[in-house]
Formats: sequence, structure tokens, C-alpha cells
Amino acid sequence: MIRGLKDLEQIRNRLRPEIDARRRPGGDFSRHQVMICSGTGCTSSGGMPLKDELDRRLAERGILDDVKVVKTGCFGFCKLGPILVVHPGAVFYHNVSVTDIPDIVSDHFVNKKVVDRLLYEDPGTGVKERNIHRIHFFSTQVRLALRHCGLINPEDIYEYIAAGGYFTLEDCLHRRNPGQIIGDIKKSGLRGRGGGGFPVGLKWEAARAAPGAVKYVVCNADEGDPGAFMDRSILEGDPHSVLEAMTIAGYAVGAGEGYIYVRAEYPIALDRLERAIKQSGDLGLLGGNILGSGFGFEIDIRIGAGAFVCGEETALLKSAMGMRGEPRPRPPYPAQCGLWGKPTLLNNVETFANIPVILSRGPDWYASLGTENSKGTKVFSLAGKIVNTGLIEVPMGTTLRRIIFDIGGGIPNGKKFKAVQTGGPSGGCLPGKYLDTPVDYESLKTAGSIMGSGGLIVMDEDDCMVDIAKFYLQFSQDESCGKCTPCRVGTRRMLEILERITGGGGEMKDLMELEELSREIMDASLCGLGQTAPNPVLSTLLHFRDEYEAHIVNKECPAGVCRGLLEYAVDEDKCISCGLCVRACVADAISGEKKGRPYFIDRQKCLKCGACEAKCPKGAICAH
Amino acid sequence: MIRILKEAQDISGYLPEEVQDYIAGRIGVPVSEVNGVVTFYSLFNTDPVGRYGINVCMGTACYVQGARGIMEDFRRELALEDGDTSADGVFTVKSTRCLGACGLAPVITVNGEVHGNLGRKDVSKILRSYRKLHGAGEKRDDQRVERPGADQEQATAGN
Repeated sequence: MIRGLKDLEQIRNRLRPEIDARRRPGGDFSRHQVMICSGTGCTSSGGMPLKDELDRRLAERGILDDVKVVKTGCFGFCKLGPILVVHPGAVFYHNVSVTDIPDIVSDHFVNKKVVDRLLYEDPGTGVKERNIHRIHFFSTQVRLALRHCGLINPEDIYEYIAAGGYFTLEDCLHRRNPGQIIGDIKKSGLRGRGGGGFPVGLKWEAARAAPGAVKYVVCNADEGDPGAFMDRSILEGDPHSVLEAMTIAGYAVGAGEGYIYVRAEYPIALDRLERAIKQSGDLGLLGGNILGSGFGFEIDIRIGAGAFVCGEETALLKSAMGMRGEPRPRPPYPAQCGLWGKPTLLNNVETFANIPVILSRGPDWYASLGTENSKGTKVFSLAGKIVNTGLIEVPMGTTLRRIIFDIGGGIPNGKKFKAVQTGGPSGGCLPGKYLDTPVDYESLKTAGSIMGSGGLIVMDEDDCMVDIAKFYLQFSQDESCGKCTPCRVGTRRMLEILERITGGGGEMKDLMELEELSREIMDASLCGLGQTAPNPVLSTLLHFRDEYEAHIVNKECPAGVCRGLLEYAVDEDKCISCGLCVRACVADAISGEKKGRPYFIDRQKCLKCGACEAKCPKGAICAH
Repeated sequence: MIRILKEAQDISGYLPEEVQDYIAGRIGVPVSEVNGVVTFYSLFNTDPVGRYGINVCMGTACYVQGARGIMEDFRRELALEDGDTSADGVFTVKSTRCLGACGLAPVITVNGEVHGNLGRKDVSKILRSYRKLHGAGEKRDDQRVERPGADQEQATAGN
């Protein structure tokens, strides 16, 4: 049980040398520490058995006590998973498999020699970097929301405390009043990281000012944008920072209960949150009379069951109450009328993760990062056609070029950059001319997209922008809850038009109709889903109109993606007439004689499914 | 209510009308309300599902790396539509929202186990290895199967 500052300090002092040794190369902690990434990315690429194997091999050598093995949250360089970092020295090993463990144990721990072949080689300079802090991908970042990801064991509350956790809560409860806390948040300029970008301090102030004895704090962890996984990584790597921030928020707005609404698709995050809540409760950091302050706060979890619309705040609150997650008109806003009709403060995971940093390091320091209207840092997930897929955190105002080409390593396979999609299904696709735009809430909006939750999907010359627009619209149409007609029927009509265009039946007047429908859906829809659903279409129409016109006028897909406009053919020079394609074809469209002359595809019968292309061992079948 | 429904589905695999009716009775709400919730969320199934649930991630990152072709191959190999169960009751194939493993795109999960960096050629391999497991009747949750992406992961190491 932790009763006050003294108890916290005792824990911190006991574990501090270990944590310091991870932060500073050459720390004086004598034992080796191995940090194993146990985020979703590394776990999926085979990271789970590494710890068992490491423990087994260390025991075999009789050095189990000399090496501490720690499961951590995501380092962010997901492309290179599974990742291991060994302290002292912060030696970064990547793509580690179970078969590499014996070498790491014998070379690194016994012979004190770094395992060279597992080190990261900088593709630009060709130099092998040992130290994680000297790798360009990491050295260019400013990690605040991700400050503990990769540093501590997320399943151990003592490590969080040793890294400075819960001290801000203690300070707030004993030495600051709610007005001061809210004042600091306002001063910091922090804006909601869920996508809306609403000033967080104003939200807190409104929730505090709302009359009522019962209030709630809700954390939105229903990260629904495809290609975005920053909130998941924070929950997996540092769940206590969210609990601490929610408790501070409860104290500031006068709430005694909090809920975290988390996606069922994130099992690891869910598990870590449950452990974290249990540990905090056991130590008295949640519950009644926290740290002897007289203030009490409880947190419970609500599971999202797979509906994108629940990222919208009023829909989320309904879903958290166990109902269908349908949005309702605002006002009243959740700050006045939220969960069970009571005033409710709603922020997302990344927003909460920033709170302890702002309050401990001061609002002025935080506001010194970023641009005039967008302060601090932002976590972005890099995905799609980019070399360094993963998670990064950079100051607001960093340019897209720096994010994609410098930190992200550019486009793989020598392909040409075509567009970057930001903001998920509510955002847009930006072409090369915006690469030098400093990224913040306003600049992306001006360019025809939005910040959204921070997913950046990079597309290259092989991606068809009409097809991408169709993909997003299909998503919005599927996820439309159906409550209001403009969204339910409007997105369906738009999708039909896009299907016509990509199928070869488009006309030029379709483009005008798309624009007109977009405007009407945006004006008349009830919630954010409908109001932003046409964005991917509008932004591609604005920046890639020539691709639409090629589909309509020339009946061709320049990127070679839209099947309705392609013709499959066999390259006679490459065909070895093995017959695999005939077996793959369900339409009976391929004819030929095994080991005889090259095969032939009947264009009348061909369904353009691409199965033959996938099966051909010689790459002799392609679409034009 | 969502948590109750999820736990019920974890037991029975899906939520037929009888189960919905029972839950409605026990928590004292109209069955229409329970059904409204069940049909609203993609997590819940109202039809029986196969022994192996295959979720094909259709997030943007997976989509641009070829998830559509992979989905089509599953549909063709098993002769089913998205969301259906194969005739022998072994596989249920569903497209799913982003799993957040974008670094491994394109990604699928089979009963929660993640397979990443897939190509279209891997589809039949995956089906074969799970069929073998099913035939052997030895599938345990922690058992690992052939990982077609593994070679490629190794090949890209250091790039």
C-alpha cells in the first residue's frame, strides 16, 4: 500500500539504478538488462518465445542472476521486429529469432562481445550502429507520449514508479488545486489527439463547470482508423500513464469514476490495462483516499465490439453504456450530458499520455515545442509503401518529407512516391507538392486532409487513387450506423458511382455528381463519420483528377489496379506451359496443352480475378 | 451488456436466438434490444463458426500491400463468401478492421495467431497446415504452425 510521497520515493530509490542504466548509456548498474519488445508487432513476428529461450539458455550457462530479462512495450521500429535491446550500452538487435539466442548469450553475456550480424546497418551510410540512440530512426524523434515505451515493463507498476510515474498525481492531489491544473493544461496548448484537435484545457474546464455531483472521465481507446496503432502501443507499453492522467483529470473536473473504452481487437492492450488497474488498486493508487489526499477514483474497462462509428464521442458513450453505438446530435455536449446523462470528460489515449509530462515539466516547456497553434509532439504510425514501417513521435510542424523520407526511409523497391494518406477514412490523400508542408492541424486541413489520429499511409506509383477512394468509401459505407439518411444512402450512391468508374462504365458527369453528393452528405450528416466520409473522394478528385479522367475517358487504370479495366495475357516467351494456371482458373478461360505451346487466355471468359497470375511460377501472366 | 454477450460468445462460439433470448431474460431487457446490440457490432456472430476463424485484415496498409488478392484466394479455395463458413465447418473467413500490425502487412489471424508478410502463394499453404492440424485433432492454442512469411522476414533483415 502506498500512502504518500515517502512510499513512492522509497520505491523509486530502490529501482532507480536499473531504470537510469536504461536511460543513460554507461549507467553504473552492473547487471545486464535485456529489453524484449512485447508489443503486437514484435509478438506477431515471433517475439513471444524469445524470453523463454533466453531464460533457458541463461540458466544453462548458470548466469540467470547476472542478466535481467524485461518485457517492454513497443520500440516503434516494427519493420525490424522482433527487437531486443541490451543494457548497458543500449545495444540494438533486430529480426531476432529463437535460433539467435544462443549466440547472444554466449557472445554478449559470456564473452562480452556484440553479435555483429544482428546489428542495424544504416542503409544510407552502410555503417552498423550498436547503440539504439545513434540509429537515425530513433535519434530524430522526441518521445513524450511514448516516453516509457521500450523503457519499462508495462506489467510492473514499480518500474513505472521508478521511472517517475505517479509523482505528478501525488503532487496534484496535495499541492495543486483543480483550477491550477486546468490552467496549466490550457496554457500548454494541448489539443485533442483523437483527430478533432479541440483544446483539451477548454474541455476540462467545461466538465468542471458543469453542475452535478456525479461526473465521469472516459478514455477513448477505440482506435478505429485503419493503419493507426499509436494508442494501442501506448496502452501496451505504458498503461499506467493513462491511469495516472485519468485520475488527475478526475480530480481536476470533480469526477469519481472513469471508464476506458477499448477495442476488443487489441487483446494485449486489454490484458495490460486490466493488470495495471488491478496493480494500482492493490497499491491504493486507485480507489478511495488516494495517497492520503481524501480523493477517491475508480477506473473500469468497457469493451468496444467492432464499430468504427464508436470513435465518435456520443456514439462511444452509448456503446459504453451497453447500447447500440449510434451518435446523437450535439449540443448537449458530453461535458454537460454524457454517460448516464451526467457531465463527462472524454479524451483519447494519446491525449491522456501527454498530461503527466505537461504537468511535471511545465506548460511553458511543452508549449515551446510545435507550431503556433499546434503545440507539443505527435505520434504517427508509418505504414503502407514505406521502408521503416512503425511508430514515431516528432514535434508538431515537422514536414511530411522529413517524416516519410528521412525518418521513414523513403519508398521501398525504388518506386516513386505518389501520395500520403492522413486521417484515415475521414482524411485525404496528399500528393508530392505537399511534402514540404509542416504538419499541424491547420496545415493539413488547408491542404484538403486532416490530422486525424496520426496514421500516415504512404502510397507509391502502383496504387490507383480512384481505387483508394473507393476503398475508403466502402469502409465508411460499411461502418455507417444507418441512423441518418445522408450518410447511409449517400455513401452507398457515391460508392456505386466509383464502382462504375473503376469498372469501365464511368462518364464525365459522374465526377460532378460525386462532388455534389459529397457536399450534401457533409452538410446533412449527423455525426463526424458522415460529415467526413466524402473527404477521401474530394481530396483525390482535387489532387488526382487526371486518374479519374483516365478511367473515364481512356478506360484505363494508369496504375494497373482496377481489374475491370485490365486485360490478362500470357507472355509467350516466359510461359513454360506447366498448366498451373489452368487449374487455378475457375472460369475455364485458359486453354493450352501441357508441355506444349504457350497457353492462351480467352478475354471473353476471363473474370479478371488474377488467380492465374498469382499461381504462375514464371511471372508469365500479367495484366495490362 | 456487451461484455455479457462477448463472454457468452466465447463459450458457445456464436449467439443464436435462444442465447439472446436467455440473456435478455436474465438481465431484464427486451430481446429486441439484445438483438439490436448483437447485430450492430461486427464482433458478434449469429451463425455457427468454423473450427478456425480466419480474419483477413482489410486496413489500408494491408490493402495497399495486396490484402484484396489474399481475401479472394481464401474465398476461392474454400468456395465461400466473406463472413461464411466452409462447407466442412473447418474454416470461417472474415475480413476485419485494422489489426494494428501494419509493419507486417498484409496480415491475417487464424484463431488469434498472426501471420504476416503474406503473398497470394501462402494462402493454400496456410489452409493446408491448419487442415493437417485439424485432421490430427491436436490443435492446442499455443501450438505454432508453418509461418510462410518467416523466410521473407529474414531476407529483409538489415535492409
